[in-house]
Amino acid sequence: MSGILAALALLFGKLSLLAIGGVNSTLPEIAREVVSERHWLSPAQFAQLYAISNAAPGPNVMISTVIGAHMAGAAGGVVATLGMILPSGILVIIASQLWERYRETRWRRIIQAALLPITAGLILAAAGVLARQADTGALTAVLTLITAGAIWRTGLHPLWLLGAGALVGLLTS
Amino acid sequence: MHAGQLPGSPADHKTPIMSDTPGSSDTRLRHWELFTGFFQAGILGFGGVLPVARRMLVDQRRWLTQAQFNDLFSLCQFMPGANIVNFCFAFGARHRGVSGAAAAVLGLMGAPVCIVMGLGLLYARYGGLPAAQHALTGLAAAAAGLVLGTALRIASPIFAERKTIPLSAAVFALVMFAHLSLPVTMAIILPVSLFVAWRSA
Repeated sequence: MSGILAALALLFGKLSLLAIGGVNSTLPEIAREVVSERHWLSPAQFAQLYAISNAAPGPNVMISTVIGAHMAGAAGGVVATLGMILPSGILVIIASQLWERYRETRWRRIIQAALLPITAGLILAAAGVLARQADTGALTAVLTLITAGAIWRTGLHPLWLLGAGALVGLLTS
Repeated sequence: MHAGQLPGSPADHKTPIMSDTPGSSDTRLRHWELFTGFFQAGILGFGGVLPVARRMLVDQRRWLTQAQFNDLFSLCQFMPGANIVNFCFAFGARHRGVSGAAAAVLGLMGAPVCIVMGLGLLYARYGGLPAAQHALTGLAAAAAGLVLGTALRIASPIFAERKTIPLSAAVFALVMFAHLSLPVTMAIILPVSLFVAWRSA
């Protein structure tokens, strides 16, 4: 048991530092490790666990929670989660202090101006990748676009839109 | 704490999110506020926390302006790790150091981690039922729309600066269609983006 916990901590600790651009851009690498390399999960199991982590509230880093819990129960879930968030979290605390200290310097403002368009591009790409996974037909694609429009242009709470999405899925089955 | 500022006004870029000067400790958020604020964001963050967290921080509690949020978020996106969890670490640490970061992250993750492990047990038992499958399909489609809508909200003020659009479009295409890994995409785009920013600085 402690062997698998150590393996989970090491794997997700490594993935934490590889996850440049966030968890969604790291999903292929996570799948490669736990499905192809270590054979912890079948491809179908991975897809199912990913769906579960999306159905719960909370950050998408919880793909590590469900994989850890699947492997080693609640302890595995906690260890995998901490492995995934602590290394990068410590790094970002240090980086944000420096970021603040050099706020008024010219190079700091140049870096920030350079990062903004990349930020915009990445988050749009994350939305695109998610839509590609979720939208299996015309109905789901329309659902995605309507939800996007409502979020962009109205103050509607996301929870109503998600509930409506689940309901539409249920009623059109 | 920023009640006098209009979100997204140009002056916001010069306003520190948290002043480091001594004697400003009264403007720091308390541990309890950090915990409850991010608890709210985590527990309501279906299909991604970013939309709810941005709403909580900028629209509701006004702890940050839109520009301040974009500033800190772009740093968190550049660093490895989950963006919104990174944001929690950085934001909590700026207010109350390491224990502030712990309070914010615990608030964000504590309940969702318990819920998702409970859902894992339920799914193992009932997930094969057709009704559950259909509801999950609709939920996933709406969740993708949620992320897209938030992406548009974040991108549109950035795109007001027209020269950023080709750079963003290139990043989008490299990730979405060329399926390049993120480090490779960064290695290609960042030098160009730095050059553009340097020329106009």
